[in-house]
Amino acid sequence: MPQILVQDLAKTYRVAERDPGMFGAVRGLVRRRWRTVQALKDVSFSLERGELLGFIGPNGAGKSTTIKILSGILRPDSGRVEIEGLVPYADRIKHVGRIGVVFGQRTQLWWDLPVIDGFDLLRDIYRVDPKRYRTTRDELVAMLRLEKLLDQPVRQLSLGQRMRAEIAAALLHEPSILFLDEPTIGLDAPSKLAVREFVKKLNQERGVTVLLTTHDMHDIEALAQRVIVIGHGRVLADSPFEALRANVLAERRLFVDFAGDPPTLDLPGVEVRKRDGRSLELAFDPRITTAPALIAAITARHAVEDIHVEQPAIEEVIAKFYDLHGANEA
Amino acid sequence: MNALALLGRYFSASMRSQMQYPASAIMLTTGQLASTAIEIVSIWALFDRFGAVKGWSFGEVMFFYALIGISFSFADFLTRGFDVFGTDFVRTGAFDRLLLRPRSAALQLVGHDFRISRFGRFFQAAIILTIATSTLNFVWTPQAALLALWTVAGGIAFFSALFVLQAVMAFWTVESLEAVNALTYGGVYAGQFPLSLYARWFRTFLIFIVPLACVAYFPVLAILGRSDPLGAPDWFLPLAPVAGFVFLGLAFLAWRFGVSKYTSTGS
Repeated sequence: MPQILVQDLAKTYRVAERDPGMFGAVRGLVRRRWRTVQALKDVSFSLERGELLGFIGPNGAGKSTTIKILSGILRPDSGRVEIEGLVPYADRIKHVGRIGVVFGQRTQLWWDLPVIDGFDLLRDIYRVDPKRYRTTRDELVAMLRLEKLLDQPVRQLSLGQRMRAEIAAALLHEPSILFLDEPTIGLDAPSKLAVREFVKKLNQERGVTVLLTTHDMHDIEALAQRVIVIGHGRVLADSPFEALRANVLAERRLFVDFAGDPPTLDLPGVEVRKRDGRSLELAFDPRITTAPALIAAITARHAVEDIHVEQPAIEEVIAKFYDLHGANEA
Repeated sequence: MNALALLGRYFSASMRSQMQYPASAIMLTTGQLASTAIEIVSIWALFDRFGAVKGWSFGEVMFFYALIGISFSFADFLTRGFDVFGTDFVRTGAFDRLLLRPRSAALQLVGHDFRISRFGRFFQAAIILTIATSTLNFVWTPQAALLALWTVAGGIAFFSALFVLQAVMAFWTVESLEAVNALTYGGVYAGQFPLSLYARWFRTFLIFIVPLACVAYFPVLAILGRSDPLGAPDWFLPLAPVAGFVFLGLAFLAWRFGVSKYTSTGS
């Protein structure tokens, strides 16, 4: 039995449409026009204990709706969810005591209170045993380097500091599952790295199951063993990221700086993407030719100053994937 | 930790965060005291010109005014989270955060905030009660004191129910909350005067629909030892505040309905 089981989830919203202006608002009170939006059509997947899943998709694809249903605050129209044997929305209070949730854009700490006071309140809200709480808290404080922040009111923290505190806050009750919704949004580079490193450690050393939604593909690259792409309310792909890359955009890039003017190349499976002075950017299909063979063929005939191979950036792969599935912003 | 102990923790957290800005807390409290004091001056002006109104003296009206003020200030203190529910929780999505915690949303809303400044109205009402006592040469027997406590308890339940209902409205619309504000603040104002001054339809409304009269007019008659000029039986007067608790129970039923609507529509 998987730890998280999601079957045939469907959810339709009714959205009230309002005419602009004051008369529109008044009319809206009396008679509303409704538009239905099918946020989820058919979403199924399952997750084993200890997995780290990246959940991606364009805005409006159904990511947040799925996360809301999994965390018990939204009821689907049809389909089944079971997490550690509980149906989240039917057994909300019991369920939410076992999971941790971090929303990148919302705080769960108390704005005017020192961080440590917020932690203490969460201990009481989650009914954590005081002794156990001290151990967990001290570990989290050490791992996330929060020592100096504990006595500061949350409003005085930088975004990066606050996010570290938020993550600790979500883990004080030692949940076995962590939902991270855009945990690196708006963070500077060192904070992003710190968050990623921590999440990886948490997953590998503690075996906490992590479900991560993000628009930052570097999060996915650094963390996710497995990626689910969601679009138009359906699961479009569910595989390790490398498999997704192989299917969507297998090509590699070869960057060559020639000693003289770049030649016209005519090699099988190779295409010139860009020409810039003495440099060429080539795209090649690794199933037709390999990097060493291509480099050998070029250096045998031409004088070359520098050469290196790259894979297309992960953003490019995902953009191509959305494109192929017509999944761009709904 | 049980719910009551948790509320204690919330309470102390709220006090500490307001004490981050002590000057602001003191000024807001004084401001509430001063602004409510103006109300009583306007009522005094009325009675000073006309003497008694339909058999009610200024001292008696001050009694109504004071007990309503005390009830309202406590309810406002305890249910601030419901008062700001539409703007601070539904509109911002912060309500999701409450639902993600293993406690009832209502408990967390009560714990959300306890505004110190609400004691401005409380102090003002307590002063008025003292003045009313001496004006009427009223003697506080133990029975009268108990009855006053019971009246205030019913009043707190009644006004809390109004704030809860206001929050329930926010599940459907966050734009017409002023309409419910008219009920809460209008209720305070209407409760300050004896019921017999009002038109018949309005009296019916205040007894049976929004039972303000049951937590103000009727029990205060009992405290003052007067019979109801409208003819409600004497035995009923001290029992009337029960209606406040019934009203609160109904408000929480509506609240549960609202929460389940929210979790099925996500808005």
